[in-house]
Amino acid sequence: MNEYALIMRHEDGSKIASPEQMQIWMKQTMDWIGGIAAQNKFVGSQGLIFDDARVVHFDNVVTNGPFGDIKETLGGLIIVRAESIDEAVEFAKGCPVLQGNGNTVEVRKVANHK
Amino acid sequence: MNSETLIPHLFRAEFGKITAVLARLIGFEHIEDAEDIASATFAKAVESWTFGKIPENPRAWLYAVAKNQALNWIKRHQNFQLKLKDYLTLNPDESGIIDLSDDSIRDSQLSMLFAICHPAIAQQDQIALALRILCGFGIEEISNAFLSNKEAIQKRIYRAKNKLRQEGLNLESPSVKDRRNHLQTVLTMLYLLFNEGYYSESNDTIIREDLAGEAIRLTDLLLQDQHTRMPEVFALMALMCFQASRFPARRDSDGQLILYEDQNQELWDQNLIARGTYFFHQAAQGNQLTRFHLEAGIAYWYTQKGDRKDKWENILDLYNHLLVLEYSPIAALNRTFALSKVRGKDAARQEALKLKLDHSPYYHSLLCELYLPEHPDQAVLHLRQAIDLVKTNTEKALLLQKLMVIQNT
Repeated sequence: MNEYALIMRHEDGSKIASPEQMQIWMKQTMDWIGGIAAQNKFVGSQGLIFDDARVVHFDNVVTNGPFGDIKETLGGLIIVRAESIDEAVEFAKGCPVLQGNGNTVEVRKVANHK
Repeated sequence: MNSETLIPHLFRAEFGKITAVLARLIGFEHIEDAEDIASATFAKAVESWTFGKIPENPRAWLYAVAKNQALNWIKRHQNFQLKLKDYLTLNPDESGIIDLSDDSIRDSQLSMLFAICHPAIAQQDQIALALRILCGFGIEEISNAFLSNKEAIQKRIYRAKNKLRQEGLNLESPSVKDRRNHLQTVLTMLYLLFNEGYYSESNDTIIREDLAGEAIRLTDLLLQDQHTRMPEVFALMALMCFQASRFPARRDSDGQLILYEDQNQELWDQNLIARGTYFFHQAAQGNQLTRFHLEAGIAYWYTQKGDRKDKWENILDLYNHLLVLEYSPIAALNRTFALSKVRGKDAARQEALKLKLDHSPYYHSLLCELYLPEHPDQAVLHLRQAIDLVKTNTEKALLLQKLMVIQNT
């Protein structure tokens, strides 16, 4: 059994949706994660805040952002246990983020896992 | 009340108290002597109450006899513990050292509770030992509750006591630090003790409710102590009250199990639900969210009557969080049931099939439920597997009854 990171990229939902819609997404995300956890395949998760972000560049140049205004922005990740990349991809397909056209979930094997 | 019905009640309630106080005084290495003194006290009560008059205050009578017996024991063992001997020479009123006041009883039982829940002792052994020493259950009652035989239980208790002696246990009040460190083990033991009563496979309804009742009593002991009066303990207490509220509705007059969906909701104990709600509010202090909080939240929603949508949405959400915190097959199955209430049987069936719990009878009865009414053939297939796998006769009877109903429709 390997561990895979499912990395969600999407724009900042709060800029395009109502609080009501945000709450529905949150619930859907919890249902998605709960379904994975019910198979004892959930390892951990990390959400990321869009506000007040910085990017540090070459020569320690610091810029503001990202602002979550493009769909390629890293939004968060969860780590799952799976027999293969294909199984991990099946988990990723259920991610509510994918309801938005242009959003993606990147599936990557976690290094150094026995 | 005549002596025949009075004594069994008293024995159970007082045995644990007397034993805990004495064991703290003479040391855990003499735990059997402490138990013997308590037993001898009751033997005396049987002798003098059966043919004589029951004293005005039976408890006080028992404590007086227990004190005398204990003093005799101490005199016979004068050289066993210097500290105690010195104390006795200094204190002419020797009976004062055996303190059976409410405070002393509570402290002694708390110390004993923490002592028994030693991480070096297997959980099942902790439960058996707690039932014996703290709750005054007889070996036979414990073996009934565990569907085990007396020898096995005796072995368990013997093994646990030995382990505690090896660990050089002392029963002085546990330090605040020890209490915090050991609290998890204690709570887990109490949780398992309660579940042993709630889900016990024993057909003896009274024993099962007594186990749950003892778990509640011991949890209450923790709530009376300022160092263990913590949100998590309140949450466990709330959970127990909510669950226990359904005891009157879970069995029919023949002792047959009645499933949640089929229970007469009017029989749910509203008093216990109100108590649970109070404890649940207390548990909300602080920012800790433990599995007991989540389970108490789930149990709260189960106490709500009817089939409202928000009830099942909340239950689903809480199970999601519980599974993220800690996986268990039973939580996975219950989550999937809640999912069927929120999103329908088709969606739930798809997720159920991924659970890979083929060895569990509950998995197959869930699938049976999810295949009904549209796919009766599949439903029957899973029901038959559940019947093959299930271990107790009560549950088997329930499933066979269900099979009849399906096949006749």
